[in-house]
Amino acid sequence: MLSFLRGVMVTAEKNIKIYYKKAPVIIFGLLFPLFMFTSFYMGRNIDISIFFPGFLAMALFFTSSSVGPLITPWEKQAGTYERLLSFPVSIHTIILGDVLAGAIYGILITSPVIIIAGVLFNITITSIMILLVSLILGTICFASLGVALASPSVRSPSNIMMFSSLIRFPLIFISGIFIPLQELQGAGRIVSYFSPLTYLVDMFHTGLDSISVFPVALDIFALILFTCFFLLISSYFHKRNMMKGL
Amino acid sequence: MFAIKAENLQKKFNKLIAVDNISLDVKEGEVFGFLGPNGAGKTTTIRLLTGILTPDRGDVIIKGIHMRTNPIDAKMMMGVIPETGNVYVDLTAEENLFLAGKFYGLSKQVLQKNSNELLSNLGLYERRNDAVKTFSKGMKQRVSIACAIVHNPQILFLDEPTEGLDVQSRRLIIKTINDMNKKGCTIFLTTHNIEEANKLCERVCIINKGKIVAIDSPEKLKNTFKETQSIEVSFNKEVKKELLEFNSITKIDRQGDKWVLYTKNPDKVVKDIVSLAEKKDLKIIYLSTSGPSLEEAFVRLTGGEK
Repeated sequence: MLSFLRGVMVTAEKNIKIYYKKAPVIIFGLLFPLFMFTSFYMGRNIDISIFFPGFLAMALFFTSSSVGPLITPWEKQAGTYERLLSFPVSIHTIILGDVLAGAIYGILITSPVIIIAGVLFNITITSIMILLVSLILGTICFASLGVALASPSVRSPSNIMMFSSLIRFPLIFISGIFIPLQELQGAGRIVSYFSPLTYLVDMFHTGLDSISVFPVALDIFALILFTCFFLLISSYFHKRNMMKGL
Repeated sequence: MFAIKAENLQKKFNKLIAVDNISLDVKEGEVFGFLGPNGAGKTTTIRLLTGILTPDRGDVIIKGIHMRTNPIDAKMMMGVIPETGNVYVDLTAEENLFLAGKFYGLSKQVLQKNSNELLSNLGLYERRNDAVKTFSKGMKQRVSIACAIVHNPQILFLDEPTEGLDVQSRRLIIKTINDMNKKGCTIFLTTHNIEEANKLCERVCIINKGKIVAIDSPEKLKNTFKETQSIEVSFNKEVKKELLEFNSITKIDRQGDKWVLYTKNPDKVVKDIVSLAEKKDLKIIYLSTSGPSLEEAFVRLTGGEK
């Protein structure tokens, strides 16, 4: 167990050192929420307290799941993946290490966004505990999604980027970010239940303005369930495609 | 106890049987060579033995630990230089060693000591803080070796470690392998360089089409093909082939100004040559005998020469 945990920590440290600490990755992480904010908020007559939970969820979603899909293709392309597998680790160690690195990156990028926005727009927090739990669960869930998106056996990171965008972008349109969940009706409402982002947006609403659709326990349960689902998918496909593209 | 024990290993990729019912034992402290032509199943076998791949059938036991049930404990015993085991080029040489050592749970002090010692021995100490992307191929391979032995493993697996390297890097790597073995480390080495295997290994295993075709000491394997012993001879005058067709000769070849006579009985052939020279008043300019070579044994066993 100790060896397993050590493997997870060292894999995460390796990812942060090699992939997340690159200047373009950090700049992208910080600028992306700013671009999204200016694109979707500036010039529109929207109440910031209604817009902010969705914006925050979107920022967290994109930052936590942005690098994860690229790590395995990068490692396979650079010829370092086989060496990584030869260390005292299992495929599960590597997957969890990748998830941990993505989650840490997501939290580190999203936290300043909350603080800066809180100060600038006087955002009130109704429950700091729920906000913290949602931050942690959200980053782990979306980092797991990122790692699951790395499952196809390709060596070219550009191919994975296309696949990743194909999966991630539609999710933001069905998750109550642009149209509040309360206003979603019929098929739109049903489809939103299948997006993990829906539950994070709802949980952020609980933590920030107490206007939520689902009970917080359901949001937590759904995020944990989606995380388990992404981890299972990652485990199955990473194992199956492990030697492909070496 | 064996350092490495493989029992009836089998691995299929779709319909292709890459490794077909392989069993082998490597003794503690032994240098074991694993030879085979391209596509014979060497890399797949090494991946099975090091836990990178899981066999469809069979077991791998590393110092009494079953790879199938305790892969991480088994991997803790070994250092591996995989076929495509590049190091992280964005990190420095020292950072690569620290990263590898952390996977094995080494403390910072031990890591610093081992890292300094290894980088000095491998001629990289002055460049320890430079990013590996600025290194030559030979230097990168030396970093790769250092990463595999930073935790002083009890077993070292090397998959083609000297392939395509310059003489200096190759010698340093061979020296490192020898030094590790002197410290008691068991070495499992795959190579294309048969002469290297001949010099380094106590036993070699030859694999072809996923199956083991021979396991023995290099000398015993060579002697399996005694008829490949040869005598090269050159005279001061042209000598017709028919005159050299002695009883014990199996084959005669012309190489430049020399005749190459293949035989199982070199002693008799040398005596026949001397007798012929006296009888025909010939002067022997050059005479040399060669034993059977491991390369010849390899080619014969893998069906490279029918």
